[in-house]
Amino acid sequence: MNHPVGKEPLLVLEKAAKRFGAVRALEDGSVTLHPGEAHALLGENGAGKSTLVKILAGVHQPDSGRLVIGGTPVVLSGPAASRAAGVSIIYQEPTLFPDLTVAENIFMGRQPRRAGRRIDRTAMNKAAVAVFERLGVQLDPQRQARGLSVADQQIVEIAKALSLDAKVLVMDEPTAALTSVEVERLFDVMRTLREQGAAVLFISHRIEEVLASCQRVTIMRDGRFVSTAPIEEVTADSIIRSMVGRELGALFPKTETDPGETVLEVDHLTREGVFEDISFSVRRGEIVALAGLVGAGRSEVARAIFGIDRRTSGTVRVNGRSLRNGAPAAAMAAGVALVPEDRRQQGLVMDMGIDRNVALASLGRLGRFGLIRRGSERDLASTWADRLQLKFGRMKNEVSTLSGGNQQKVVLGKWLARGPSLLIIDEPTRGIDVGTKAEVHRILDGLVSDGMAVLMISSELPEVLGMADRVLVLHEGRITAELSRAEADEDSIMRAATGYAAVAS
Amino acid sequence: MTPDITTKPSETVSYRGADDGGQPLWRKLVRWETALVFVLIAVLIFGSAKESGFLDGTNFFYISLNMGEIAIMALPLTLIVMTGEIDLSVASMLGLSGTVMGSLFHDGWSVWAAMAAALLVGAAGGALNGLLVAKMGLPSIAVTIGTLTLFRGLAEIVLAPRTITGFPISLTKIGVVPVQGTKIAWSALIFLVLAIIFGVVLHATALGRSIVAIGLQPEAARFSGVRVDRIKFGLYVVSGVFCALAGILFTLKNSSVSYDAGTGLELNVVAIVLLGGVSIFGGRGTVIGVVLAVVIVGCLQQALTQMGVQPEVQNIVTGSLLLVSVLVPNSGELVRRIRARRRRGPVPAA
Amino acid sequence: MTAQLTAPAPAPDTERFARGAALLRARELGIGVAIVLVFVATTISNHAFANAHSIQQLLTGAALIALLGVGETMVIVTRNVDLSVGSVVGLSAYIVGDVFKHHSGFPVLLGYVLGIVIGAVIGSINGLITVVTRVPSLVVTLAMLYIVRGVDGVIVNGKTIDPAAIPKSFTEVGYRTFLGVPWLAIIVAVVVAVVGYAMRSFRASRDLYAIGSNPEAASLAGIPAGRRVFTAFLISGALAGFAGSLFLALHAQIDVTGGNGYELTVVSAVVVGGVAIFGGSGTVLGAALGALLLNTINQALVAAKISSFWNEAIAGGLLLAAIAFDRWLGLRVARSLQSAQGAHRDA
Repeated sequence: MNHPVGKEPLLVLEKAAKRFGAVRALEDGSVTLHPGEAHALLGENGAGKSTLVKILAGVHQPDSGRLVIGGTPVVLSGPAASRAAGVSIIYQEPTLFPDLTVAENIFMGRQPRRAGRRIDRTAMNKAAVAVFERLGVQLDPQRQARGLSVADQQIVEIAKALSLDAKVLVMDEPTAALTSVEVERLFDVMRTLREQGAAVLFISHRIEEVLASCQRVTIMRDGRFVSTAPIEEVTADSIIRSMVGRELGALFPKTETDPGETVLEVDHLTREGVFEDISFSVRRGEIVALAGLVGAGRSEVARAIFGIDRRTSGTVRVNGRSLRNGAPAAAMAAGVALVPEDRRQQGLVMDMGIDRNVALASLGRLGRFGLIRRGSERDLASTWADRLQLKFGRMKNEVSTLSGGNQQKVVLGKWLARGPSLLIIDEPTRGIDVGTKAEVHRILDGLVSDGMAVLMISSELPEVLGMADRVLVLHEGRITAELSRAEADEDSIMRAATGYAAVAS
Repeated sequence: MTPDITTKPSETVSYRGADDGGQPLWRKLVRWETALVFVLIAVLIFGSAKESGFLDGTNFFYISLNMGEIAIMALPLTLIVMTGEIDLSVASMLGLSGTVMGSLFHDGWSVWAAMAAALLVGAAGGALNGLLVAKMGLPSIAVTIGTLTLFRGLAEIVLAPRTITGFPISLTKIGVVPVQGTKIAWSALIFLVLAIIFGVVLHATALGRSIVAIGLQPEAARFSGVRVDRIKFGLYVVSGVFCALAGILFTLKNSSVSYDAGTGLELNVVAIVLLGGVSIFGGRGTVIGVVLAVVIVGCLQQALTQMGVQPEVQNIVTGSLLLVSVLVPNSGELVRRIRARRRRGPVPAA
Repeated sequence: MTAQLTAPAPAPDTERFARGAALLRARELGIGVAIVLVFVATTISNHAFANAHSIQQLLTGAALIALLGVGETMVIVTRNVDLSVGSVVGLSAYIVGDVFKHHSGFPVLLGYVLGIVIGAVIGSINGLITVVTRVPSLVVTLAMLYIVRGVDGVIVNGKTIDPAAIPKSFTEVGYRTFLGVPWLAIIVAVVVAVVGYAMRSFRASRDLYAIGSNPEAASLAGIPAGRRVFTAFLISGALAGFAGSLFLALHAQIDVTGGNGYELTVVSAVVVGGVAIFGGSGTVLGAALGALLLNTINQALVAAKISSFWNEAIAGGLLLAAIAFDRWLGLRVARSLQSAQGAHRDA
């Protein structure tokens, strides 16, 4: 590939800084985008990438620094200004209007018009179809956005960005929710855009993706620009080193254990239209991983076991006792703990203190007659904060002030405080910095060594391979493979996850 | 309510919070309840300055008599608002339960049996609200506007156009005579006892903690084993029962009842809860704040009445109080936005 | 591998979904059918019901609520609510009446303009506070309801405006008909048609739906949400003020109770008419038909010699039924989508 360096850059952001109250979200945000390049922006969570994106989107106004688009310095007063300047953003979470049609979603605020400034629906639907054709997808422009799958929602987002004919396309982790096929298609689109002279700023946590699809990479750490380099001059290792700022030891601690008696038995578990006929068991002292693509129904299985969602049929037994359908409290009483996928929505009450969050699952045990003794609450919290080496200011501080990794420790503490016999942990290290990741893995390993049964859901193959004793692979709501630690490798898991392993059960 | 494309409230909140650096400093220093105490003192000074006998016992009795039922209804509503829901049907339930009691009494039931029936009606009405909101997941504002109309309509069917009187004087004297040895009305005494119970429940029990968690982050509460639906359902039943109790007291106090008893009081009740510092978004608030709000509104109304101010003006005062009580906590937002605009203006382009 | 995963033959779920969506969209049709059913059933039990006069009464009686429903729809679609409309009706009706009483030569047309202006002022205050401070509109307009009622009470001060004070040419609107159709109904129908068309056909009005459907996405899309929501409140207020003038024309008298409790009837009518209380969907026509249905039921009760005491209970019950029905429908659509996806997997 040849690099378009030397040409006039499309977009230059220099030394942008942004603080929110006392928090410095960004101290030196710098990136230069040339026409025709795909440029990766990498950094750990909290490195300032999202703030940088929001500055380019016009959502945040930088406190200092300068932004030059197409050779002219600009101030983006809002999202509309950013769009007018030729910048288009695809967010990680699709931002659609569920009540409006797909076509309206694409053209919101710039619908084609006819006489009398009225919206021309026919033209709008045609234009939407035209964009979808460019993308090579079929989607009815007149259907409501409500009920679209996450992948289809993302496609609508991409169509929106495409239809803008943006000079600069920013993609904030667009692949997180996509299957590999859809990711491929997205890369095709990126290629086309580059050939047309646009610049793509691509943010991803999957370093392989970056190495495969980008020409240059910019790395950020702690709100500061670290380096920009052509892709040939970096390796996955060097990128991780620059992101973390230090060397990493062995990533996955794994103590050999002898699995004991069965703790969890899931038998023919079915939730209509979501997953079907799921049977497996988890024993003391082992980690069983549920692997599969996003949308395969892994989290849904966990939710049904814990009772958040009702199961249509099948049974769940914990330590020999059958669990009542749709009753998390019963599951908890039987010794089940669930560390959910979405920490901010499901795992924690963000505006409550650390102590209260830790106590939230143990309220009944903190006093008599439903009364809570504040002392025992605080003791409980500080015990677990110590054991998990939580980094915090004061126990009363709201958990929203903690880093992602420490928040995850609070969730862990909340559940471990109950002394569960089965821990279900969904995406244990999502959105956590590399250092804390290793800590979480160490904690999990310690728990299993002490005889806990762990059911782990993870989208990160290295984590699955590194931590699990057995791997169950889900594909479209069914178990397509059960692999021992020896059998499991990237290839066998991916084959089963995409439905190509004929080795079910 | 569909799981696929929904907005994520907590993200906006945290993002907004991040943007203005959390609460403004003065909000951290001055608690809402402290501010209410100062407001109360100001009201008392204002009242005494205008009317020499403002602080004497008779006045005190009238204030407590006026506020008793409203105050009782405000307690369960406080818990409901804490969970992020609302109940606008409270005053209609007051009217309906009074009506049922009156009509049964008129039909020859003993007054005690009629009261029990009224409480049952309250529980049933609350259960209907709870069923629709907690079990069916319908928006509580729409549901309780519906039951507001429904309950009042039922009262109308049962009683209109009659007015029932003739309740035993041994009971109706609560409208004239304070609790022995005090200067306080029976309804207000009941309120105070209930306030202590509700305060303990909200601030020192597992149930109270669960209510707060539901208000702040319902999903996280569910994932922590909190029985969100059951708690919400229960709170609506409790609200129904206490509104029925308020209806009984209201009926006895006036020693008469017609179907339109207490029409429009829901606004006063909501105003008091919000003035008490309970966040309309749920999760934040104290019972002591609500108690202070009750006293403030009671004293203010009495002062205005004694000054001969029209009842309509009191409407204006209540409305303004309601507005101020939500405007002030949100003023941080206002200041932030003005600042942001000002900052945006002069930034040089290069 | 690619073939199987990328060509998901979208037919089954899309189609089934489209049917569900069509069902939702046919809400107006459903209400229309309900109105006809109530009408026919009542006529069977009481033949006097089906005469021109009673149909005129149906239309006239529903007109004001339908008019208020138009503005309320615009507000609710943005995920807000305007509870002050009833009090605005009362205030503007009284002030207009008072002006006629004290200025005998006051131009009739200006009477309507005055009503609209009063409403617009109050609506803009609602909008301003809601938009600038982000206080929930439920609370803002509840407070405004109080305040406006209070101001109304002070101005009225126990007096009433009686028919003698109001010019004949003003009250004409309340009783004249054109080809048998009451003027009032025609005026409201025109407003419904114009606003209904506008809500479909302009960028700014589509913005309203976008704001209610997903506020964050709306702001990311660069929609000036503040300005739009403000405008919705302004129009709702203005229409409420206009409804106040029409109220005066219709009843030819006004005291402090005018428009009392209308806010709840309007919200009921709008929700019965299929406007989602949490914003994002619903039409002006649906809201107007909702108002007509409520009034038809009321009149039917009168014709069936059922006490009018039942009106309120039925209105409340209907509101509850409407939201429960919407919920049920939504769940069904979701379920059919889900099993369609499941079926597709099996295939």
